Amino acid sequence: MEGSRLLAFIMRRLGTLGVILFGSSFLLYNLAAISGDPLGELRISQDPRAKQIMISLTRELQLDVPPPLRYFLWLRGVLGLFVGNLDLGNTRSGESVATAIASAIPTTVRLVFTASILAMVLGISIGIITALRQYSKFDYAMTFVSFLLFSLPIFWVAVLLKQFMAIEFNNWLSAPTISLTALVSIGVILSLIVSSVAGATGKKNYTIFGSVFAGTVVTLWTLQKINWFLEPGLGPIFFFFACVGIAYGVTQLSVGIANKTALKSSISMAVIALILYYPTRKAFTFDKQGLIVVAMAILTISLAVSVSLVIAKIDKAAIVRTTVIAAFMMGLVRLLDQLMYTWPRFISTDAINYRPVPTVGQANSLLEPGDYWISTLDLLMHLILPTIALTAISFAGYIRFARGTMLEVLNQDYIRTARAKGLSERTVIMRHAFRNTLIPLSTIIVVDFAGIIGGAIITERVFGWKGMGTLFNAAINSFDLNLLMGVFFLTGTLALTANLVADLLYSALDPRIRTGAGA
Amino acid sequence: MSTSREESMQNSEVSLQDIETEGLSQSQIVRKRFFHHRGAMVSIIFLFIIIVTVFTALESKIFGIRIPGWWKYTVEDLPELELGVCDDGLVGCPTLSLVPSFLGGDGIQLGEHPFGQDDIGRDYLALVMRGAQRSLMVTFVIGAMSGVIGTVIGAISGFYRGFIDSVLMRFTDFIITVPTIIIGSVIGFHFGNLGVAFLAFYLGLFGWTGLSRLVRGEFLTLREREFVDAARVAGATNRRIIFKHILPNAVGIIIVSVTLLMSGAILLETALSYLGFGVVAPDVSLGSLISQYQESFTTRPWLFWYPGLFIISIALSINFIGDGLRDAFDPRQRRRITKKDRKNAKVARKALAHK
Repeated sequence: MEGSRLLAFIMRRLGTLGVILFGSSFLLYNLAAISGDPLGELRISQDPRAKQIMISLTRELQLDVPPPLRYFLWLRGVLGLFVGNLDLGNTRSGESVATAIASAIPTTVRLVFTASILAMVLGISIGIITALRQYSKFDYAMTFVSFLLFSLPIFWVAVLLKQFMAIEFNNWLSAPTISLTALVSIGVILSLIVSSVAGATGKKNYTIFGSVFAGTVVTLWTLQKINWFLEPGLGPIFFFFACVGIAYGVTQLSVGIANKTALKSSISMAVIALILYYPTRKAFTFDKQGLIVVAMAILTISLAVSVSLVIAKIDKAAIVRTTVIAAFMMGLVRLLDQLMYTWPRFISTDAINYRPVPTVGQANSLLEPGDYWISTLDLLMHLILPTIALTAISFAGYIRFARGTMLEVLNQDYIRTARAKGLSERTVIMRHAFRNTLIPLSTIIVVDFAGIIGGAIITERVFGWKGMGTLFNAAINSFDLNLLMGVFFLTGTLALTANLVADLLYSALDPRIRTGAGA
Repeated sequence: MSTSREESMQNSEVSLQDIETEGLSQSQIVRKRFFHHRGAMVSIIFLFIIIVTVFTALESKIFGIRIPGWWKYTVEDLPELELGVCDDGLVGCPTLSLVPSFLGGDGIQLGEHPFGQDDIGRDYLALVMRGAQRSLMVTFVIGAMSGVIGTVIGAISGFYRGFIDSVLMRFTDFIITVPTIIIGSVIGFHFGNLGVAFLAFYLGLFGWTGLSRLVRGEFLTLREREFVDAARVAGATNRRIIFKHILPNAVGIIIVSVTLLMSGAILLETALSYLGFGVVAPDVSLGSLISQYQESFTTRPWLFWYPGLFIISIALSINFIGDGLRDAFDPRQRRRITKKDRKNAKVARKALAHK
């Protein structure tokens, strides 16, 4: 009964989706067609071959058919999708639109994927912290920052990033010394943030401020003294400390530090990570590194599962979950350490020549291929600036939304009940408040993910990436109708499907909402 | 521990708020709350100053009457490139100085070219003012048009429901499907040369979708409320119910989202102009200025800084005004309780106890 109603709902929505897509593509097709002449440039051209090109273009793109009718020719190709023969037409240069899009998608995904994940994780965590510390200095500062980020044009940020994060940073790296003023101001800013988030009052507040400040300044000063910025690395000792920190942190957030079994299981993973430190370094020098990294990820997860199953007697699911998350993060730290270990070799290559952060492009073509770690570093370095720009712009929205939702949830009666029955603050926040905050957030995330495929037009242009945005740009500039419609077909379909998925997800997560009731 | 503190705070907040709003009408409460929002008040004054400065800077024509601007240069003027004022052999750098002379600066003065000159010597202050005029105009036109269209469509579909609702909402979905930047580019690229007002008009035709959904939702809830039933029983027409009973209750949400829509509009306009699809040469907007001069960031950074500062100032103040409005219109919103409030509440409680 329930299933059939859900199916009917989905079918009805898919039907509407088709009608809407038909309508908007018809509108866009005609709007784009009447607004410009694809042969305009050729008409005024002095080139003797112009006439020949015009004739052949007219034949290939069927320009002799009036646009409203030509639309249906295009539609016939698209509807070929259902018989497994999708035809989006050809671009002006004769290439298949489908091929052009297929080759652009990976670039765009690479560009926006990290940025969106970062924006979500950072935005949601900061939003929730600001909600928990409502009206604190941190809350006010973050409100201001998010408004500021809302108001920034991305191309403006991009130019600043190129100047200060790439050119100036590269200059700095040639003689990496931190001036006393910079050292003190970094320390002050960091300790202000930490003490405001900690939310302690009185003497404790000053203690936190002081210790964070001293810690930051001493660490930075030491790092600079040992020339860490040119030869970075964690080494086995600090790697182990980082792993233990992860073990404590993940356990606290996931099941609470009081759960000794979970803590024991995560700490054992940290010990295993330490034991495997040198063997993995050896393994990272073998051929076929891509495969080895994947294999090691699988190995890590399965190790974590088996260790936690051995240690846990009761409540196995929660402990396995905790250990797997912790082990995964330890693996990431291990990769980071390996990248750091490669860093000196990377920046001293001829292609890089001690200027590691590039301002444009998606890869350094001068770099010799073959070394997995060096090309990974190169890829990451090319991603840094666009990722920062995209993250900065989009995470402001998540902060505001997560903060608003969390505040609303914290005012609910069930939170009061949870506190009244004596649950710890951690349980109330992580299990009762946070999970309910995620329901509306999850639907936004789905819609956003679909939107970013076509959404990085400006970023791609500023940083010289060749993805969907570039295709779209080219399509408009050269009146390439088929290409424009191809891009639109993909983004429009994705957006509508994401909306449908978001609705279904919402009803799956929130039992109060019934799918297809009435509507 | 923190729980009990919070709860006692909540109780005192409720009583505080009751005392604060005693004997005031809804609009008085909203106004009072808005005027107490410091960020919003600062922003509204700031934005007002920007608007007045920008629109009176250059000579303008209204109905054929020439009104001279306060700035000596216009966009068309081509003064000589100033040599020798700048350090490092730069040409045409800004003469604006904000450091007073007793602090070792050149004193507070505008100088010949406060924002510097561009590569052919045009006065950059005049260019930025013209650009800001264009951007502000586009922003307000988009805000006004989207506000009207969104409200009308949302109100009709929320109030009448049924078939009209489905048709209008599918129409909204249909407009949403076309990404704003795509439609903006298609329109801007081909109609940009028809002038900035036309561009703004067309963008306004596509910017109302989010607002109409919000208004619809609000109308759907409000039409079920008792006061609407009461009005209907008293014999009010649909028109009267919509305009006199429901719309005043939905006006908060409309104002807030129009404000936020406007701050988005200025970014959309600058983004389109940046891509070359918005305001096109010889006309300038803040976005097209940045786009034109971004290559010269290392040699002439002022060509990049000033338009950007104007975009950020305008968008930031609109955002803060929107935030203040949201706080003012939201009845559930708890304002931060200041020390002064606590003192006032104490006085008020004592006065009550003495009665």
